[in-house]
Amino acid sequence: MEEILTVKNISKRYEDITVFQDLNLSVKKGEVVVIVGPSGCGKSTFLRCLNALEDIQDGEILLDGEVVNSGNKDLSKIREKIGMVFQSYDLFPHLTVLQNLMLAPTKVKKRDKKEVQKEALELLERVGLLSKKDNYPRQLSGGQKQRVAIVRALIMHPEILLLDEITAALDPEMVKEVLDVVLSLAKEGRTMLIVTHEMQFARAVSDRMIFIDGGKIVEEGAPKEFFENPKTERLKKFLQTFTYGD
Amino acid sequence: MGLEVLLKGNNFIRLLLGLSVALKISLVSVVISIVLGVVLGILMALKNPVITVVSRVYLEIVRIMPQMVLLFIVYFGSTKALLINLSAEAASIIVFSFWGTAEMADLVRGALGSIPVIQYESSMSLGLDKFQTYRYVIVPQIIRRMIPLSINLITRMIKTTSLVMMIGIVEVLKVGQQIIEANRKSSPNAAFGIFLVIFLMYFLACWPISMLSRYLEKKWEN
Repeated sequence: MEEILTVKNISKRYEDITVFQDLNLSVKKGEVVVIVGPSGCGKSTFLRCLNALEDIQDGEILLDGEVVNSGNKDLSKIREKIGMVFQSYDLFPHLTVLQNLMLAPTKVKKRDKKEVQKEALELLERVGLLSKKDNYPRQLSGGQKQRVAIVRALIMHPEILLLDEITAALDPEMVKEVLDVVLSLAKEGRTMLIVTHEMQFARAVSDRMIFIDGGKIVEEGAPKEFFENPKTERLKKFLQTFTYGD
Repeated sequence: MGLEVLLKGNNFIRLLLGLSVALKISLVSVVISIVLGVVLGILMALKNPVITVVSRVYLEIVRIMPQMVLLFIVYFGSTKALLINLSAEAASIIVFSFWGTAEMADLVRGALGSIPVIQYESSMSLGLDKFQTYRYVIVPQIIRRMIPLSINLITRMIKTTSLVMMIGIVEVLKVGQQIIEANRKSSPNAAFGIFLVIFLMYFLACWPISMLSRYLEKKWEN
């Protein structure tokens, strides 16, 4: 299948700290790749590099054959193709839900307002938030906000969705409603790269699992193998931290 | 109550003219303060160490020094020390702008700093360029945060113009005093009535501004 995202030997360093070194990754169209790893292993930073929110010191990131780089003049054009959802606080507080959704398609893509609104309402209906269209973000629960943030990324018709620990700041009872949306996106064949700490969800949603530790890809593989027969000691240890008893 | 004095000659018109002098000084100072304050506030938000130190000292001076002392320094001091002959009005506009710019800059700096980084990032990851990010995402939020605070500053500046009579400007309070003095014999009670009217005039000048602020706050709350 066609490769959408190719990451070649990228490294990220701050002055004297190396966050990660020589990371390689490729994501095919329709594939869902989940990255897990201990806090501070560089997985979020890695995701942010893919969108040029952080610059890289070595290597190359290609999206659809185009270079993603903070120096690229067409960066905003490339970013349109990459949907990103963050941990929290990323909705625009001065705009209603509907305005949040319509801003980028109408201002960036210059699409017709009516057409965008129609699509926005359909998407809201799909995530069960049609009744909230005229509410402001502060009137929504954390889970509702994250569902809106997902829709806001979707409505730009991205080639790939990057989800950066989108349930990490949520109350436990709201995690499921958000993850259900992501699962349904996976089912319809969206290409996604997901960083998460929800192991059950990771297993259910992923086509391929990646374990990053100490700035390196330590292990990767199909979810069943990954969770049931981890090959490396480090992954075994990591997975054990999510189980209790025995 | 002494209100009859108002109807004598053109006393009431004189009071209104006095008020217009006060409003003119505050209006000009407010405009200058907003323009310079926005520029300085943005500079302060850049966190350049030199600008930070200089602006802190400036802000502290403005906060510690009573406005009246500043007025005296600029009006009486400048003539002798710098050999410039400032009109009283120019001196008061300088002082009020000096004060307003400092406070305004601090408001702008605070509002800019209070916008989370993620707002810039999520806007740019949607494909908005830098200009669009400021135009549609950042500036509208800054304005919403600043309006109530800057309106409070504007009304404080209007009220404080009553000090400029100390350097000889005939504004509304001074006119009031003149009217009271002139009618000391015929209406010994004029003080109460005249000052009451001046109070109402200040109220009518500031109240609509406060109302506007409350309206905007309400509107943006939901």
